[in-house]
Amino acid sequence: MSFINYLSTVAVPIVILIIIAYGVVEKIKVFDTFIDGVKEGIQIVIGIFPTLMGLFLAITLLRESGVLDLVVNLLTPVTNLFNIPKEIMPLAILRPISGSASMAVATDIMSQYGTDTIIGLITSTLMGSTETTLYTIAIYTGIVKIKKIRFVLIAALIGDFVGMIASVGIWRFLS
Amino acid sequence: MLNIIWPVFIIISIIYSIITGKVTEVNNAVFESANETVKLTITFFGTICLWNGIINIASKTSMIEKLTEKLSPIIKFLFPDLKKEKEVQKEISMNVVANMLGLGNAATPLGLKAMKSMQKININKESLSNSMAMFIVLNTASLQIIPTTVIAIRNSLGSQNASGIIIPVWISTIIAAITVVIVTKLFIKFWK
Repeated sequence: MSFINYLSTVAVPIVILIIIAYGVVEKIKVFDTFIDGVKEGIQIVIGIFPTLMGLFLAITLLRESGVLDLVVNLLTPVTNLFNIPKEIMPLAILRPISGSASMAVATDIMSQYGTDTIIGLITSTLMGSTETTLYTIAIYTGIVKIKKIRFVLIAALIGDFVGMIASVGIWRFLS
Repeated sequence: MLNIIWPVFIIISIIYSIITGKVTEVNNAVFESANETVKLTITFFGTICLWNGIINIASKTSMIEKLTEKLSPIIKFLFPDLKKEKEVQKEISMNVVANMLGLGNAATPLGLKAMKSMQKININKESLSNSMAMFIVLNTASLQIIPTTVIAIRNSLGSQNASGIIIPVWISTIIAAITVVIVTKLFIKFWK
């Protein structure tokens, strides 16, 4: 556990070190380039704000009205079968469908149950290790105007499901 | 997609709250959600901007090219049909590398280019080729080295160790990625 924690903690500094050292060796104006990237980052955050606002509204309403509890309880047989904490189910369902919606749900779950509890840790791992499957399939098939996607959706969803089981399993194992 | 989900969520929530007598909670939730969004965005702001700056340096170096070369044996295994298509192979590996580095803005255009190139050599233009299927499935697996968004969220919520999830994320990603590759290879073999 502490070893994994250590590795996780050194990953970011090491990646930053490698990137900056690389930039220096290749004689890139690293600071100017960094500043340009930050400027771009501002645009990204401002760009995502309206979407987040809308989705936070929807998610908060779902939670406070009790709809979320209702859905989660309906899924109890499934979650029990795979030993998944039922609190993460809203995220598991929304993750493949919408990136910003799952971001809103993940934030909501972690602000309720804490970031460093087992639920928070599973939520984070699930969020980090899966993609917005439906969106990805839509843009990549859309560009070549193909409607017959064969097994792609099934294969991708199997991957998402395995990712979820793995996220849960890892933290059950570690704690 | 959200044009359908969003109104459904809101309408169901409000009607359900009226039935179950939770209108007061829902009323408070409306304004609470606005505050929450602003709070998250502000703390989010720092992490996303900072990381975008770092990653911008990476994108200006020869890192992508170097990693692309290293990836070539894996690409050959995953896309046997593209054996002679060196250019497409390169587009695919650049897309994978850009995804790994978290260069989302660079990864998508590269990926779209790869899709177009694969469509050119696709025999049945109406249906995805095996290579295209593998490529898309690979893109639905999240192969990011540093999961910045999650770290940013954890940071904004006051986590004691926001990046403590990196290794578990890697393990989970690798398990999921290996699974989708095997599943896709099997589907290619047996799907009619």
